[in-house]
Amino acid sequence: MSNILEIKNLVVSYGGIEAVKGIQMAVPEGEIVTLIGANGAGKSTTLKSISGLVKPKQASILYKGKEIVGQSPDFIVSQGITLVPEGRRVFPNLTVMENLKIGAYLRKDSLKDDLEYVFTLFPRLREREWQMAGTLSGGEQQMLAVGRALMSRPKVIMMDEPSLGLAPLVVKDIFNIIQTINKEGITVLLIEQNANMALKIAHKAYVIETGTITMEGTGAELLANEKIKQAYLGKTK
Amino acid sequence: MTEKKNTQLKILFSVIALLVCAGILYYVNHYTRPTFMLRTVMQLGAIYALVAVSMNLLNGFTGLFSLGQAGFMAIGAYTFAIFTIPAKSRPGVYYLYGVADWLSNLQVPVWAGLVLAGLVAAILAALIGAPVLRLKSDYFAIATLGFAEIVRIIVGSSPMNRITNGSLGLKMIPKFSNFYYPFIVVGICIFIISLLIRSSYGRAFKAIREDEIAAEAMGINLAKHKQLSFIISSFFAGISGALMGMYLGAITSTTFNITLTYNILLIVVIGGMGSVTGSIISSFLVIASREWWLRFLDMETYIGSFKVPLLKSGFRMVVFSVILMIVVLFFRQGIMGTREFNWNFILKRLGKKKNTGGEGCE
Repeated sequence: MSNILEIKNLVVSYGGIEAVKGIQMAVPEGEIVTLIGANGAGKSTTLKSISGLVKPKQASILYKGKEIVGQSPDFIVSQGITLVPEGRRVFPNLTVMENLKIGAYLRKDSLKDDLEYVFTLFPRLREREWQMAGTLSGGEQQMLAVGRALMSRPKVIMMDEPSLGLAPLVVKDIFNIIQTINKEGITVLLIEQNANMALKIAHKAYVIETGTITMEGTGAELLANEKIKQAYLGKTK
Repeated sequence: MTEKKNTQLKILFSVIALLVCAGILYYVNHYTRPTFMLRTVMQLGAIYALVAVSMNLLNGFTGLFSLGQAGFMAIGAYTFAIFTIPAKSRPGVYYLYGVADWLSNLQVPVWAGLVLAGLVAAILAALIGAPVLRLKSDYFAIATLGFAEIVRIIVGSSPMNRITNGSLGLKMIPKFSNFYYPFIVVGICIFIISLLIRSSYGRAFKAIREDEIAAEAMGINLAKHKQLSFIISSFFAGISGALMGMYLGAITSTTFNITLTYNILLIVVIGGMGSVTGSIISSFLVIASREWWLRFLDMETYIGSFKVPLLKSGFRMVVFSVILMIVVLFFRQGIMGTREFNWNFILKRLGKKKNTGGEGCE
C-alpha cells in the first residue's frame, strides 16, 4: 500500500534545544501506525509538526505526495489531517453539540450524516448532546475529542495519548473505537505511553528515544522484542 | 408535535414581549414629563447596552480582554460629530481656531454619519489589531488601554484644533430626531451581533475563548478570527460612541476617559461575560442605579439636625466599585453567566405547573 504520509528528516528545536533530531517515518494508507516512547522523547512534537501547530526547523512532510511543511493548521485540517490533542482539550463551556460542530468548522456542507455517524459510534454523546462538555467524565470527554476530530472527515486522524488519565476499562473502549474507525478506511497515527495496548492494535510501529527513531517494525514484532519488553512493557526476565 | 407547538409558543411570546417593549416606550414617550428620569435612563441605558454587548463580543465571547472600548467610542463620536454638525453652525462651533477648509461645507445625513462612525472605528481597529492581537491576555489589555488614551489625547491636542476643536470639544451635534431613535438603532445593532454569535463564526469565537490550541487544531485560523471579532466589536463601539454624541449634544475628549471603559466593564461583568441578554439587563440596571436610584448617595442628607455620614458628592462611585468587587468575589458569573434568556426555561416552568395542576384535579 502507498504511504499517505511521509516524514523525512524532521528537526524541531525549542529555543535552541533540539526536541526532534531528524526522524524518518512513513504512514501507509489505511493502517494504524503507532509511535511509542518515553516522556519528552519528541512524540507530541512530531504530531504537532505534522498538523502545523509547530514550525519545524527543517523537514519534508509529504501528504499524498505533496509537501505540507510551512502550511497553516487550517489548511492542513482542510486537506484531511486532524489531530486529537493531548489531554482531550474539549471546549468545557460549550455543549457536546457545539463541540462537534466546531470540529466541522471548515466544512460548508450538511453535517447531518456525520453527526449521525459520530452518535452511532458514541451513543453516550447522543444522550448528552445538550450537556456542557466540561461536565462529562474523562472517558466521555475523550470520546467527544475523537468525535470532534471525525467531524472534519479526516483521511488521517492523529491521536496524542488517548489513554492518558483514563481507567483501564475505558482505555479498552477507546482502543476498540480506534480499530473501528480504522476499518472504515481512516488512517490512524497513534502516539502512546501505553505501549502494550498500542502495539497490539498497530500494523506498524516506531520507537522514539530522545528525538530519534531507534526501532521500527510491525506491532507484533516489537511486542515480541526483548528490548521493548524490558524498556516499555515492564517485563523482566 | 410538541416541538412545533413550542416553537409557535416561543414566537408568540417573542412577539408579545416586543409589543410590550414598544408599549412601554410609547407610554414613557407620551405620558411622562420630558424631564422624567426614566427617559434618560432608558435612552442612556440603550446606548450603554450596545457598547456593553460589543465589549462582551470581544471580552466574553472571544476571550480577548480589551480595555479600549472608550477609545473606539471617542473615534465614533468625533467622526459622527465632524460629519454631521450642520454647516451653518460650524463657524460658531469652531469660533476660536476656525474650521479646516475641507470641513467647512461637509455635512452628511445622520444615518450615514452613524455608519461612518462605525467604519472609521473598524478601520482603526484593523490597523492596530494586527500588532496588538499578537499579545497575550494582560498585555493585550494594557495595549488596548494605552490605545484608548492615545486616541483621547490626540483628539484633544492642539494640532487637531481645526478638525476636532482641540480641548474645547464639539457641540451642536444633531440630537435624536425623536424619542425612539436610539432604541431602533441599538435594537438593529444588537440583533446583528446576536446573529453573528449564533453563526459558525460565533462558535469559532467561543472555541478560541475556551481553548486556543484545540481551536487551532480544529482548523480555526486564530489570527483571522481574533481580528474579525476585534473589528466588529470596534465597529459597534464606534456607533454607540456616535449615539452618545447625539445624546449629549456636545463632546470633549474627557467624555471618553478611562472611567467610561471602567463603567462598561462593570456592566459586562455584572451582566455576565458571554451573555448578550445579561449585558442588556445589567446595562439598564446599572444606568438606572447610577443616574437615578443611587443619586441620594451623592447628596448631603440631614435627618432632623443629624447629618448622615459618608453621603457626599462622589460617594456613589465608591459604592459602585464596592458592588463590582462583591460581584467579582462572590458572583463571578454575573446575572446570567454565559446563559442567554430564552423561552425554553419559562415554557418548562409552565409545563411543570400544568402537569402538577392536572394531577391535583384527578
